Amino acid sequence: MSFLLNCILFLPAIGALFLLAIPRQQATSLRRWSLYISLATFLLSLVLPFRFEPASAAMQFVTNRSWIESPPIRYHIGVDGISLFLILLITFLSVLCVLVSWNSVQEHIKEFFFFLLLLETGTIGVFIAMDLFLFYVFWEITLIPLYFLIGIWGHERRVYAALKFVLFTLAGSLFMLVGILWLYNIFGTFDYEMILRGIAAGTHTFSAQEEYWLFLAFFAAFAIKVPLFPLHTWLPDAHVEAPTAGSVMLAGVLLKMGTYGLLRFCLPLFPEAAHKLAAPVMVLALIGIIYGSLLAMVQPDLKKLIAYSSVAHLGFVVLGIFSFNQIAVQGAIYQMLNHGVSTGALFLLVGMLYDRLHTRQIRDMGGLATPAPILATFFLITSLSSIGLPLLNNFVGEFLILLGVLQERVLYAALAATGVVLSAAYMLWMYQRVFLGEAGAKQQTMPDLNQREKAILVPAVALMILMGVFSPFFLRKMDVATASLLDHAGRREIKVERHSPVPKPEPKQDAQLLGRISESAPELPATDFLPLEH
Amino acid sequence: MESNLQLWLIPTVPLLGALWNGLWGKRSSERAVASVAVGAVAVSFLLALRAFFALGDAPYLESYFSWIAAASFQAHFNFYLDPLSAVMALIVTGVGLLIHIYAVGYMSQEGGYYRFFCYMNLFLFFMLTLVLAGNYLLMFVGWEGVGLCSYLLIGFYFRREDAADAGKKAFITTRLGDFGFLIALLMIYSTFESLNYSEVLPAAASLPVESTAGPLTVICLLLLVGAAGKSAQVPLYVWLPDAMLGPTPVSALIHAATMVTAGVYIIARSSALYVHAPQALFMVALVGGITAFYAATIGIVQTDIKRILAYSTISQIGYMVMACGVAAFSAAIFHLMTHAFFKALLFLGAGSVIHALGGEQDIRKMGGLRHYLPRTYWSFLIACLAIAALPPFSGFFSKDPILWEAYVSPYGGILFWLLGILTAGITSFYIFRLFFLTFHGHSKTAVATSSGIHVAEPAHHGVPHESPPIMTWPLMILAALSLAGGWVGIPALWRGGDHWNLFLAPAFRLAALPTEHAVSHDAATEIIFTLASILVSVAGIALAYLLYCRRPELAAAAAARLRGLHTLVLNKYYVDEIYRSLFVQPLVVVSRELLWKGMDAAAIDGSFQGLANRTRRLGDRVRRMQSGNIRSYAGWVVLGAILLISFMVGLAS
Repeated sequence: MSFLLNCILFLPAIGALFLLAIPRQQATSLRRWSLYISLATFLLSLVLPFRFEPASAAMQFVTNRSWIESPPIRYHIGVDGISLFLILLITFLSVLCVLVSWNSVQEHIKEFFFFLLLLETGTIGVFIAMDLFLFYVFWEITLIPLYFLIGIWGHERRVYAALKFVLFTLAGSLFMLVGILWLYNIFGTFDYEMILRGIAAGTHTFSAQEEYWLFLAFFAAFAIKVPLFPLHTWLPDAHVEAPTAGSVMLAGVLLKMGTYGLLRFCLPLFPEAAHKLAAPVMVLALIGIIYGSLLAMVQPDLKKLIAYSSVAHLGFVVLGIFSFNQIAVQGAIYQMLNHGVSTGALFLLVGMLYDRLHTRQIRDMGGLATPAPILATFFLITSLSSIGLPLLNNFVGEFLILLGVLQERVLYAALAATGVVLSAAYMLWMYQRVFLGEAGAKQQTMPDLNQREKAILVPAVALMILMGVFSPFFLRKMDVATASLLDHAGRREIKVERHSPVPKPEPKQDAQLLGRISESAPELPATDFLPLEH
Repeated sequence: MESNLQLWLIPTVPLLGALWNGLWGKRSSERAVASVAVGAVAVSFLLALRAFFALGDAPYLESYFSWIAAASFQAHFNFYLDPLSAVMALIVTGVGLLIHIYAVGYMSQEGGYYRFFCYMNLFLFFMLTLVLAGNYLLMFVGWEGVGLCSYLLIGFYFRREDAADAGKKAFITTRLGDFGFLIALLMIYSTFESLNYSEVLPAAASLPVESTAGPLTVICLLLLVGAAGKSAQVPLYVWLPDAMLGPTPVSALIHAATMVTAGVYIIARSSALYVHAPQALFMVALVGGITAFYAATIGIVQTDIKRILAYSTISQIGYMVMACGVAAFSAAIFHLMTHAFFKALLFLGAGSVIHALGGEQDIRKMGGLRHYLPRTYWSFLIACLAIAALPPFSGFFSKDPILWEAYVSPYGGILFWLLGILTAGITSFYIFRLFFLTFHGHSKTAVATSSGIHVAEPAHHGVPHESPPIMTWPLMILAALSLAGGWVGIPALWRGGDHWNLFLAPAFRLAALPTEHAVSHDAATEIIFTLASILVSVAGIALAYLLYCRRPELAAAAAARLRGLHTLVLNKYYVDEIYRSLFVQPLVVVSRELLWKGMDAAAIDGSFQGLANRTRRLGDRVRRMQSGNIRSYAGWVVLGAILLISFMVGLAS
């Protein structure tokens, strides 16, 4: 089965290479080829959840072989319940991105799709890399295509925005690189699972202070990517200037790299520090929720509005992750998917509006429901999903996050819940100003959605309903992986035990699991390097 | 009891109707759209009726599939049928059916016919989910869903700026309340480790009564916040009068008969929690009592027929909430039912009037309509008598127990009784003011038809005419219900069977009052109280008759005499303005000027920008060191060498 995962990872990149062979005059062939490749990747990835074994905490679909002998860097990829659906999110959004760029990209079509497909491979790699060095490589690879996507096909201030995006991200990831090298110094390996086992078995430890610095080094990279308040200012610029497909990938996937990193690395690798710093991080997340919502409320630019709403939504995710409560963490993972689908769809819709009106300013719109009722309906459903209406996807994630956080800190949950009210305020106000009222002379002739656009939006909306009504299909596959990760991270005492006054034997199982892992752990190779303190 | 009632069909059939009309309605004829929508509601009503008659002693549960499941948390789609939810389902589908039929006539030639019926059916889906849900989370689904439909239907004439505004205001204000509900939901789970009624309610009943504020009190107060939002209670009532910009059948169904009573339903549903949190119960009674009185006073001076009815609705729901607050849950639901009949009738009657006058809603411009609209007139009169609570109309039998309980209940007191009886007097006054101004006196319709302010409502011109039969038949059925609907609850005192209370008793078994309640008041006291309330109602009617029929100049004189007070009340105590300048404006201005322009753009992004600029300047300076000048390079080399040597010397020594 490991072949499958390799296919999913490299098919877009290989497709991108073949794309180069197609003559640039054949615009339709270029588009079709990109569509076929992204569609094939998506279909392949659809197999994953059905072949996935939800009862196992171990990585699945694993390929683990040496890539570089010395230093020992491994090509180690795998999927667990945490990353499973994130892969599907990427492949799904990529198809939509190809479709939405069909007509709106008219120049350098070949290069555009080349970078788009390359971005797909890069982002998939981030979520499946199980070797820290490999992870870092994919992490940085994603920068390049997006830099060009924004810088070449963006709007007026595209160069500024692209540079800002790259500089911010790079500044953070350099800290992470130092952290990765430092970890290698201690453990003598870049392999994530081996490091995790080393920590669990207690063979290698770091001092409390060392752990702090390491945590912060990783945290810096992820917090900028999320982005966490006050490191978010690159995001509105990047979104506003990016072409539609860039915004979709940025909001839908790139931001999740940050939250995924926090969850995958910061929590289990540096549990002590993560616990100690949880409170300030959660406060930043809370500020992000409220601050992002308030700023979203007053934005005159549609894309900026959605960008700030992303800051708020991602605040929820970070809040859930740092609560160390399993319900909240699963809610947070779910919320990553939800945000990808809903905000992705919002950017698609804004892109469609832009194609028609050539503006993103809310004041230049109004009354659009009259000429384009179908577009308005899709926009409304997507907005409702974004503000967490029950039976749509976001509600499930937000509810689980709030439920879990409330078990730990009542006040935080109450404050976060104000975001629910605020999100209704800014989204509905925006919807009103864009779609309701009397349409202006220019808007009255605006065409409604065409077949291609419907083909983009129908699956997105269907997914919102599906994820809002049948959430256990997704959530149940995360149970074991999340529990195992939180065991490494030293989860808080579970206060809620359902229907059983007698404690469940669950912890024992986990202990066995842990024991088995540490037993089977091979001897760690002695390090060539001395830890820095010596 | 039947083994399988398939309760899920009750809400799902309207959902299918909504989907059908939403997807294909645009291409269908009005007739087809109406058949689908009305047919769906009719089927749903029949199913609810079947469920009602299948009702047994114990609550009946149906569970379908898991909705949310993560780690130890589980929530199902499950439905719960007990006397309370059965009655609610019947009210919703029954009144809903009549209003749908009425709307077939009212909304024709309106544009957006399919959209209207799609939303209406969708509303019924959510409302039925709300009342039939078997756990608080699923109730929240319905709760939010009806809010959404309310938003869509208030803003039905979305090209009008004010209608769109009103829809948004309704959604956001009720969402403030939903915030309370949501937190309550989370707290219920962390207290009881379940959200199912079948587990939460017995667990709550087994807890001791909280003498000081504990978790139950907190939960109950938060639920009250939710109820206040949805049921338009003080201080969150401001959205309901504006909601009247929606089409009139919407006002009747959503903003009078069903959705706005959801707050009463949730309190009654959680009665087992409330009776264990007496402080919360007191707050419920207080909020209800104040709302009932306060909204009624505003109703006295308003001039828009629908707005008067809106304030009347707020006031009447206040009554129900107050009844809950004195632990008279069954009386509250009784009033909820009779109110659904007569208030729906009032709204539909008002709609008939507006329809006849080509969109006129100002009662000062009406008058003498009894000659033109005989069926509307008589049915409207019955509704007025019902809301004024005169025997033998339904309102009498439902309002009287509330007043009585407000006085005798261990949670009640003379204060609540006073609030109640005052409100009763004001109610019968304002409703008959409306009645006399509209149907009696001289016809002023010439003025009305030419004004044509409300362009969105059906515009007919010429002599006022009675509505078509498809609109008057529902009026007459509702009139019959407003008259006789209260007879199911005639208490033992009036030699009735007290059927209502006996029927609902199982639903409130867990909220049974402490036994010392048995301190019985003799029948004579109760009769005196009843006579007092009848007297007050009659006085209200008499005063209205005097001021608006006999001596209209007196009303104007009174208004002139009390100019300050009159202006204050006419402007609804300026609460909207206060909210706007206290909360809404500051939030927007602070967000825009301080947070966005000050903090985000200047402080945060500015400092990053500054960092970038400084880096660039530094780089610029370093660049100049590489001047290409050999002598300068030699100088740097020497400087470096000196530094290096002195460092090594330092190390050596």
